[in-house]
Amino acid sequence: MNITNLFKIAVKALGNNKLRGFLTMLGIIIGVASVITMLAIGQGSKRSIQAEISEMGSNMIMIHPGGDMRGGVRLDADDMESLKLKDLEDIREKTRYVTCISPAVNSAGQAVYGANNTPTTVYGVNLDYLEIRRYRVSDGDTFSEQDIRTAAKVCLAGQTVVDELFPNGENPVGRVIRFGTIPFRIVGVLESKGYNSMGMDQDDLIIAPYTTVQKRILAITHLQEIVCSALSEAYTDQAIDEITEILRENHRLKETDDDDFSIRSQQELSSMLTSTTDMMTVLLAAVAGISLLVGGIGIMNIMYVSVTERTREIGLRMSIGAKGRDILAQFLIESILISVTGGLIGVLIGIGAAVVVNIVAAFPIYIQPWSVFLSFAVCTLTGVFFGWYPAQKAAMLDPIEAIRYE
Amino acid sequence: MKEVIRLESIRRDFQVGTETVHALRGITFTICEGEFVTIMGSSGSGKSTLLNTLGCLDTPTSGEYYLDGVSVRTMDKNQRAALRNRKIGFVFQNYNLLPKTTAIENVELPLMYNPSCTSGERHERAVAALRAVGLGDRLLHKSNQMSGGQMQRVAIARALVNDPAVILADEATGNLDTRTSLEVLVLFQQLHAAGRTIIFVTHNPEIAQYSSRNITLRDGRVTGDLRNERILDAAEALAQLPKQED
Ligand SMILES: Nc1ncnc2c1ncn2[C@@H]1O[C@H](COP(=O)(O)OP(=O)(O)O)[C@@H](O)[C@H]1O
Ligand SMILES: [Mg+2]
Repeated sequence: MNITNLFKIAVKALGNNKLRGFLTMLGIIIGVASVITMLAIGQGSKRSIQAEISEMGSNMIMIHPGGDMRGGVRLDADDMESLKLKDLEDIREKTRYVTCISPAVNSAGQAVYGANNTPTTVYGVNLDYLEIRRYRVSDGDTFSEQDIRTAAKVCLAGQTVVDELFPNGENPVGRVIRFGTIPFRIVGVLESKGYNSMGMDQDDLIIAPYTTVQKRILAITHLQEIVCSALSEAYTDQAIDEITEILRENHRLKETDDDDFSIRSQQELSSMLTSTTDMMTVLLAAVAGISLLVGGIGIMNIMYVSVTERTREIGLRMSIGAKGRDILAQFLIESILISVTGGLIGVLIGIGAAVVVNIVAAFPIYIQPWSVFLSFAVCTLTGVFFGWYPAQKAAMLDPIEAIRYE
Repeated sequence: MKEVIRLESIRRDFQVGTETVHALRGITFTICEGEFVTIMGSSGSGKSTLLNTLGCLDTPTSGEYYLDGVSVRTMDKNQRAALRNRKIGFVFQNYNLLPKTTAIENVELPLMYNPSCTSGERHERAVAALRAVGLGDRLLHKSNQMSGGQMQRVAIARALVNDPAVILADEATGNLDTRTSLEVLVLFQQLHAAGRTIIFVTHNPEIAQYSSRNITLRDGRVTGDLRNERILDAAEALAQLPKQED
């Protein structure tokens, strides 16, 4: 019997039992829909993290005082002040793989203008910082090298701070706000960057010369952090090696001493984050896969019922010339039809659900064509796999007994 | 006359637990083209087993069976399926039509398993077969919309559609009342007149009177094989029945 006829038989058999067919499909529908939605969400968040990291500068390197804390907590207070301006200058002078470099000191506090105030953080940096973190000034101008030398009380304000302090839409450039007790003149406003994937508002900050923050707010001489950027993401490792060498020399560390600083790169962070989301995706997909398995078992179950119910029909078909393989194909196609139709509906519902998640929960999604293709292929395989045994049972029936079956 | 069926000492044993049941104990006969044979015998005499053997559904334990000159004994399952498809038409007691399926689709079914038959040809032959059994105006009736007699006629059309060497009927009138039984017999006699070879298994001796030859079985052996010199006309018998009240 040719495939079109087999297909017609399968459609008809399903048509004779629409509700049962649909309920059987439901398992597959739910399985496929959840695979697709889960993968769309997983891939969506991965992509948005990746996009964000490259927006933040995928070649960024962060140097913190104190040894690597990942192994445990260090309590050596001296260690926490190990980064000095000299270190920064040496790195700038001696490395070949670092392009921009900036100190970073910060202080959390209250920003006030007139009757308005807002809690925020002031970051003390140099002009390279804007480049490294990809901040742009949308209004006004940056502060100058002169401002840094003189620890001038000038700043750049993030959009959130501007919105809080100037709710009436006045032009903030040139105004003087207070941060704690220190007055700062706003020289420029930063272009908005929005929230990052960890839910942090990247516009809720004030940027000022590091000298100003060091002297006037924190009263320290060391640096809390040094941020720099490698020539490109690919050179990150070389840059880290060079920096490590320079800092160990500067800090007079002996061969056996541990580093009294730690270096993190954005690349490292990025692979850490994406591996986390990858793992989540795998977990979600596994859960979804299990529901596909359950759906498959449903198909198997109902195909067994169908074979038993149609024993007489099978016996008749055999007695008028159907071969075992014709019967096998008939039931196999029926189960594939269930699973593929279920898969098709599942794909549509899955994509729909992902889009709804995207619209309602503002969650980033990305529907990967291969995930659709894959779940479809898995679905067909499910049909073949779980349909095989019932179909085999049908094909092995003895026509004489089958046709007498009541 | 051309030989259609030749049985040579056919035996069929069934193993039931430790016991062996001898359903057929050496059956030998030949049936020629154009014969209308009834096989009679009491229940358990081996009629169905014999018919299954003739229909290539079952293989004998020993003995030779030639269908249309071909030895069936050595054939495998698939070859026997193909043989059933081309050479045999089955008519069952309980019709065995596919449920929720139209008459024409039921009749087309055997041809579906014949890859050399195109869909156009299939339709044409199914229509012709249904016309031959007097159901030319019922092509699209579904099996559940028909009476028992009509269903059996659809089943006969299905048995005819592949132009078989032999039509095998197992108690084909067993589920029908006298009138409809006679109508079906009229049909079989028409097919006989048209040159078809028919083997009709029944336990009802009356039916034997309408056939051309009667073979009697008892305990798996042929106990009688008579040519029927005075074949009754089923159409006449039908006409003599008291008029149906509508
Ligand atoms: N599949 C089988 N297994 C065991 N015994 C069987 C089987 N089929 C038939 N028989 C036995 O063979 C004998 C003949 O049966 P059957 O051909 O059905 O007789 P009939 O159709 O004349 O009533 C009976 O004794 C029956 O019990
Ligand atoms: Mg019987």
